[in-house]
Amino acid sequence: MTPVQAVIAKELRGYFVSPIVYVVGAVFLLIFGLLSYLYVGFAGAQAIQLMQMQGGMAQINLNDLVFRNLFASMRIVLVIILPILTMRLFAEERKLRTFEFLMTSPIRINEIVIGKFVSVFLIYLGLVGLTVLVPTVLMLFSDFDWNPIWTGYLGMVLLGALFLSVGVFASALTENQIVAAFVSFGMLLTIWLIAGLGSLFGDTAAGRIISYVSYMEHYERLVRGLIDTSDLIYFGSGLALMLFLTHRVVESTRWK
Amino acid sequence: MSKIPDQATWYRFESGAAPFFSTVIRIDITFVIDVQNITKWYGHHTAIDRVTFSVAKGEVLAFLGPNGAGKTTTMRILTCFMPATEGTARVAGFDCTEQSLDVKRQIGYLPETPPVYQELTVTEYLTFVGRLRGITGPKLSSALDQSIGRLELGSVRHRLIGNLSRGYRQRVGLAQALLHDPPVLILDEPTVGLDPKQIIEIRELIKSLAGSHSVILSTHILPEATAVCQRVVIINKGRIVAEDTPEQLSARLRQSEKVSITLKTCPADCETTLRAIPGILNVLPGQAGGSFLIECELGRDLRDEIARVAVLSQWGLLELRTVSMTLEDVFLQLTRHEDHLSEPVEATVSASAERTDE
Repeated sequence: MTPVQAVIAKELRGYFVSPIVYVVGAVFLLIFGLLSYLYVGFAGAQAIQLMQMQGGMAQINLNDLVFRNLFASMRIVLVIILPILTMRLFAEERKLRTFEFLMTSPIRINEIVIGKFVSVFLIYLGLVGLTVLVPTVLMLFSDFDWNPIWTGYLGMVLLGALFLSVGVFASALTENQIVAAFVSFGMLLTIWLIAGLGSLFGDTAAGRIISYVSYMEHYERLVRGLIDTSDLIYFGSGLALMLFLTHRVVESTRWK
Repeated sequence: MSKIPDQATWYRFESGAAPFFSTVIRIDITFVIDVQNITKWYGHHTAIDRVTFSVAKGEVLAFLGPNGAGKTTTMRILTCFMPATEGTARVAGFDCTEQSLDVKRQIGYLPETPPVYQELTVTEYLTFVGRLRGITGPKLSSALDQSIGRLELGSVRHRLIGNLSRGYRQRVGLAQALLHDPPVLILDEPTVGLDPKQIIEIRELIKSLAGSHSVILSTHILPEATAVCQRVVIINKGRIVAEDTPEQLSARLRQSEKVSITLKTCPADCETTLRAIPGILNVLPGQAGGSFLIECELGRDLRDEIARVAVLSQWGLLELRTVSMTLEDVFLQLTRHEDHLSEPVEATVSASAERTDE
């Protein structure tokens, strides 16, 4: 087992013995389930309306009415929930003085950062994996196209990875977990709102650049079923940037 | 990782076939730890100021000093947790700033607070530590058993560290430092939080490591330094004020020989009679009635003479003994009186042999 794998295993163990992962997981799945139920309910109501107006069977598009709305709504859920998952990663090490031990072990800082990120990402993947139950159950009762659902899931995974990397960065800044959660929450909300700022500028170069910085339009395209290389590059580079900044922050603690 | 040779080794680097061009470089690795003039600034505050010392292979060195003297800072520089502002520190021949990963492999470090994860059991924690240090498979399980056995953690090995007492956590911290059997051990107050029996056991353990391991330990507890270490470095306000064996330190700082006597009857003239003995510098009344502390010239043993005078004068000599300076006295004298700070000559490295760094 390499040192990175050792860090991942230790972090996963830490998550599963603390109540955090169970509470966050339960809330995440509850909200996902509730939202799906709501959107399916709305879609059903719409179908009934259509049937009354047209008579006979009404064709409704579950992809548009349920899944697109569902994935779009999950953004705010992720903004609120993921900082709770990441807040402990570095802050707790600093609080409990195990940080010094980690820094004096023969392991590189990037291995520590990657190990910690991968561990929380695996937990997130697990939670997202459980939500596949919803479309699977719906498949039994209706017909819909799976392709936009897969791209939606890809979007959720990429967006989650970006959010987690922001959370890991925030956790490295402080030894207080609450502060870490608030900092990442604030950063994620700010990047969200930048999209609004971009639309103020309209279709100018500045407007396009500002909108590009926000994750909104990139995520929306994936939810609509479009896989664009520029969006993949956005998420990949954002993730790399945040992990790099985390590395710098962790490294800088040595010089203080 | 290459094994550290016992003595300075000659390394031959040959370029080409002609031996004429061969270069012989002597790399001195007699000292496992070699610290040269390290200084650390925290903003405008100087934590340590031009600290120089070295530790030979198999030697146990105690770092003594009041709180905030710079002990932990020095240890943190040696373990590559933080770099020094100036100066160089080398561990097992590797530079602490340039080759930190190599240095970290050579070191077992116990920080001030035992670095334990409360959510893991003792076995899980030590397994994690072993994997971080690249030990895997059967080697890991034997290293685990060995360090658990050494620190008598067998009864708690499957318990969560969060539920263990302070003493056990300290021992888990020590087990962590010893796990990979490193050539260099750096222990920051290793016996804090232990009960007296455990303190003795840990001291015995550290003593048993001497010879095969180089150990630096910091402590406030002076008898610990005397009991465990061959050499003591006293550090105060970031500067080394003395470095020697405990015995030589007390000998060096002794300005006079001291003899304590207790008399059954002491007439008014006994102080003057004692002062009249040639070689006696001062006679001070002791704490109990009838006892005196007599200061004699350095290097003279006047016990015989004092006893003769006391018996002849029929004072009733009840007790006569020499008073030696304890490490506590040395420590207080060095850290209270700043005059010694201006005498860096005192802080010579006693164990240093001839050194050639070419």
